[in-house]
Amino acid sequence: MIDKFFKNILKLFGFIIIFLGLLIFLSLFSSSLPSIKKFGLKFLFLSDWDPVNEVFGGLPFILGTLITSLLAFIISLPFILSVTIILGVYFTEGFIAEILRHIIDLIAAIPSVIIGFWGLFVFVPIVREVELLLGVTPYGVGIITASILLAFMILPYSASIGKDAMRLVPQDLKEAAFSLGATKWEVIKKIMIPYARSGIIAGMFLSLGRALGETMVVTMVIGNKNSIPQSIFEPGNTIASVIANEFAEAITHLHVSSLIYLGLILFLITMLFNIIAKFMLKKFKI
Amino acid sequence: MKQMLVFTFSCFSIFLCKYVNAQKIELLGAGATFPYVLYSKMFDVYYKEKGIKVNYQSIGSGGGIRQLKEKTVDFGASDAFLSDQQIKEFKSPVLHIPICLGAVVLTYNLPNNPELYLTPEIIVDIFLGKIKKWNDKRIVSINKHVKLPDLSITVIHRSDGSGTTFVFTDYLSKVSKEWKEKVGTGTSVSWPTGIGGKGNEGVTGLIKQIPGSIGYVELIYAKQNKLPISFVRNKSGKFIKPDINSTSFAANIDLPDDTRISITDTDNEEGYPISSFTWILVYKEQNYNNRSYEKAKELVNLLWWMVTEGQKYPENLDYAKLPPKAVEKAKNIIKSITYNGTPIIK
Repeated sequence: MIDKFFKNILKLFGFIIIFLGLLIFLSLFSSSLPSIKKFGLKFLFLSDWDPVNEVFGGLPFILGTLITSLLAFIISLPFILSVTIILGVYFTEGFIAEILRHIIDLIAAIPSVIIGFWGLFVFVPIVREVELLLGVTPYGVGIITASILLAFMILPYSASIGKDAMRLVPQDLKEAAFSLGATKWEVIKKIMIPYARSGIIAGMFLSLGRALGETMVVTMVIGNKNSIPQSIFEPGNTIASVIANEFAEAITHLHVSSLIYLGLILFLITMLFNIIAKFMLKKFKI
Repeated sequence: MKQMLVFTFSCFSIFLCKYVNAQKIELLGAGATFPYVLYSKMFDVYYKEKGIKVNYQSIGSGGGIRQLKEKTVDFGASDAFLSDQQIKEFKSPVLHIPICLGAVVLTYNLPNNPELYLTPEIIVDIFLGKIKKWNDKRIVSINKHVKLPDLSITVIHRSDGSGTTFVFTDYLSKVSKEWKEKVGTGTSVSWPTGIGGKGNEGVTGLIKQIPGSIGYVELIYAKQNKLPISFVRNKSGKFIKPDINSTSFAANIDLPDDTRISITDTDNEEGYPISSFTWILVYKEQNYNNRSYEKAKELVNLLWWMVTEGQKYPENLDYAKLPPKAVEKAKNIIKSITYNGTPIIK
């Protein structure tokens, strides 16, 4: 009796979540209809964003989102792998492991607006100095600044999932490899990473999803220029950031609906990445 | 389990009773962030004096207008008046009641931050990206008291949609045909040059960091943070230092009866040219959505108080108060608010 009751409750909540997801999609779609009707799929390739004359194109933001997220992903990759290996293999317990783990958890707990402020007042001047040395226009803010901060922010997610996956590698597998004369490096490379691969990749995609939707930090350091960036040192803008910036004061119908259209596109991009992640998980599963 | 249910239920019913009993009138408003500090102060005093609670959410002018249109609030607040087109989108007439004035100032980052004088033409050309260096001869010719460096100008604008941007671009559109055609007026515009910072603090943050940058912020924000502020030449040819007096002067002109007027580039000789009213928006006919007469009456009383007794609060908070001419107009507008077609106060 209670068993059945419990099961039904679980089912109910499960359905509610699916239903909510669907509802979000539907309401995004219906609210963006005016813009979809006006610009159609061309919206994806137009690069003008002019609220005064009601001409809207999403390309600068879509590109900005993809570039910052992927760049953040690439920048964070070596760090993610090292932390994963260090915590999963070399320091599974003990003093150093504790400290490292706590620090990484702490990064995840910093509110993004704090990272944004730190970025704006501490990190941006450093980037400006570097840009002066490189001989590019020293804005300080821009795509590269946002990407580096994003990389820092997404690190804890993939690192902690990756670490757990590494620890799940069965002891006898490792011991078998050692008994065959494998060095530690060979065990990591040939046994542990392949075994934990799907977990590591899942963590990376989770963090990529976070990078795609991050708003506050990006808004503060990307320079908010609504045009296609010519280089990674230029200011740009992302979907999440332009929505956060313009939604509150968007007055005309078309402006609001174009912003929601961008939201719909972000929704779809995130979904696409999730599907790719699922696919990769299946493919790499041992 | 049972006990828990009883407990939850009783908690819930207590909460419900409280809610039903507390049918005292509460007014709800939403809109502009710019006058938020003043409104909080005014509503706080009002609650202490009259016992009427006013809940104001500073969600931005656009949000305030949308909420008023949906009739989910008793009043909206906006830094920009509704265009004729926007008024048509409302099903019944909407009134604008001016409450106070704000100004937008130009702030910059130059060695030693000297006092700077700017003309409308120079400002437009800087923000169009035509004047690129601080030692441009046009800037130098009216700022002979300082030695301007050979430094690139970086324009900083607001990235978020904002009433501040509206007032500033409205000014630029008035003083320059080219600006009006190329960019126009709006809470967000397509900027020809420069980078964007979120909010007054974002713009200030960037200006403080980038040598040679120039941007615009609210007067209050600039004063409280002691930022360097430039003098701007007004229509009468006088260089005016932006402060609450010169802002108030800008509005002391002949106003239309509905107060829907942009006072940028003012005709007043002593007025600072980048000033603007901020308005509260209400429906002219207050009987909608089954609103009670009492509620409508309280709303009208509140508005009356805000433009009369309430006017002693703006100056302490660095807002500019309404000039006498504007107070008269505001009073007349409040008198025109009706319930079932009859005026609420006379």
